[in-house]
Amino acid sequence: MNPARVKEIVRKEFHQSFREPRLRAMMIVPPILQFLVFGFVVNLDVERSRLAWLDQDNTPASRELRAAFEGSTYFEVTHTPATQKALEDLLDRDAIHSGIVVPPQFGEDLARGRATSIQILVEGSNSNTASIIANYVRDVVRTFSAGQLNEWVRQKRAGRPGVIRLNAPGIDLQQRVWYNPELRSRNYFIPGVAVNIITLVTLMLTAMAIVREKEIGTMEQLMVTPIRPSELMLGKTLPFALVGLLDFSLIVALGMIVFRIPFQGSGLLLLLGAILFLFSTLGVGMFISTVSHTQQQAIMATFFFFQPAFMLSGFAFPIRNMPEIVQWITYLNPLRYFITICRGVLLKGSGLNVLWPEYLALAVFGIAIMSFSASRFRKRLD
Amino acid sequence: MQRETAVRIEHLTKRFGAFTAASDVTLDVAQGEIFGFLGPNGAGKSTTIRILCGLLAPTSGRAVVSGFDVAKEPEKVKASIGYMSQKFSLYDDLTVEENLEFFAGVYGVPADRRAARMQYALDMAELADERTRLTRLLAGGWKQRLALGCAILHEPPVIFLDEPTSGVDPVARRAFWDLINDLSHQGKTVFVTTHYMEEAEYCNRIALMYKGKVIALGTPAALREQLRSDELPEPTMEDVFVRYIEQEDAKA
Repeated sequence: MNPARVKEIVRKEFHQSFREPRLRAMMIVPPILQFLVFGFVVNLDVERSRLAWLDQDNTPASRELRAAFEGSTYFEVTHTPATQKALEDLLDRDAIHSGIVVPPQFGEDLARGRATSIQILVEGSNSNTASIIANYVRDVVRTFSAGQLNEWVRQKRAGRPGVIRLNAPGIDLQQRVWYNPELRSRNYFIPGVAVNIITLVTLMLTAMAIVREKEIGTMEQLMVTPIRPSELMLGKTLPFALVGLLDFSLIVALGMIVFRIPFQGSGLLLLLGAILFLFSTLGVGMFISTVSHTQQQAIMATFFFFQPAFMLSGFAFPIRNMPEIVQWITYLNPLRYFITICRGVLLKGSGLNVLWPEYLALAVFGIAIMSFSASRFRKRLD
Repeated sequence: MQRETAVRIEHLTKRFGAFTAASDVTLDVAQGEIFGFLGPNGAGKSTTIRILCGLLAPTSGRAVVSGFDVAKEPEKVKASIGYMSQKFSLYDDLTVEENLEFFAGVYGVPADRRAARMQYALDMAELADERTRLTRLLAGGWKQRLALGCAILHEPPVIFLDEPTSGVDPVARRAFWDLINDLSHQGKTVFVTTHYMEEAEYCNRIALMYKGKVIALGTPAALREQLRSDELPEPTMEDVFVRYIEQEDAKA
């Protein structure tokens, strides 16, 4: 290994990639823009969902229930259909997320202290959103009925001596959510978005940089020089490792500023994770460049790796929900480890004492794929 | 004058699967010689040159360049040769100067020699006033000379030029051959392939290659002389070439 030759290659790559303002911008602007757009998109929180209200009772009690829904930030009554048929039609046309039918007798039942019921219809094609909405409906109704019960008890006991207890007996569940107290789904998704963007950028840059030299014929010229394969690999990947780290830092900073993602852990630890992770993506990019002869092939091969790596990273779909055999495959996916690291360091403030298996896995995978690609990277044409 | 052998090729054969690209090639090139490889496209000229540069491994046979066996010591061979491939292979998006700096760097031209060698290459290519120009903006002939300049920055004793003048206008071609002559006068061995018959005359010796085999070897004058007859008192290189190919096809 001759450091002077590595330096020459790095310098050449920088000259080539950073001379034109347009090329320079290409390495920074698209990843940042993608991150901003995707960051706003990855949100499963239900806010102000569209609710249709079919009131067949029309008593003070039913209007009070409607007020309880309108007072919640999760619902907005957007339609008041007159018939059940009209309500179903709204669901069919995707005009609403859910609908509530208050039957006649509702007010009267309540006034007499009788059990009563209301009907809720939820649009269930997105099961996740549907179950969140159903939960919120249940919450609103539970609060409402507890209030009704108290009111009823109070009226029954009115005029009697003694303290009036407003609370019906029961278990009060004290709920504490750690790490993400507001339960913002975005906090969970943003680290995954950042990792995916960095993966694609560094894979592409590396694979293309080498295949481009094959295409224009300069690779043949490099092969007749005394450059060693390891020097060429290092010189070719170092500039893109720096670009990858820069992009990643910018994205994490934007995540904190724009999307209010917490940064609980150590910045150095996150940087170490990113460096180990780049070993893997640059190594895979390098491997792709050894099996591709044209830039088109390199793009195809990049996506052949990227798509499954993305789906099996646990970015959106929890790994524990996957079939067991697929779960085993995810252990070979460097994205899986780095997403765990990012979530741990950013959201929980985890340290090496917890995350060391992930760091170790990234280091092993990175070194293995780098060495494998280097062994394939010979200075021969045949 | 007794001259050393710069390139020695013995029974060199290269097969790609069932296709034989070079078949039992044997020849010697002396130091300081301009040696021409002539033949139609696909005759095996480029394959042979690539083996000599260590870019391809021979299937059988042996080649020694500058005293090093190309199959056993390719890295030593690479340090002592300059190679200019068929394709224009400089970095289009670097300036003239950056290309020269890059190749001086990877060839390990010593720091104290670097400025002088770069100046030499710039003067040779007549690009001294264009140092900061992007290479892609240069005309074809200039690009060719810059590529040659980059290939000889480290003062290699043996220079391989694969079709250096293809796609260049006749004036630039003539100028390029003047450069090759200068290098030969400096004692460099120049191994050049071409399919322009008239360029054969500029070589000290030539080998005619056809279907992977060397079918004729000698000085241009001697090869023409063999063909001289009453019907053909002044045979051209083209006549020589056609006659040898006809003989070869008749054998098959």
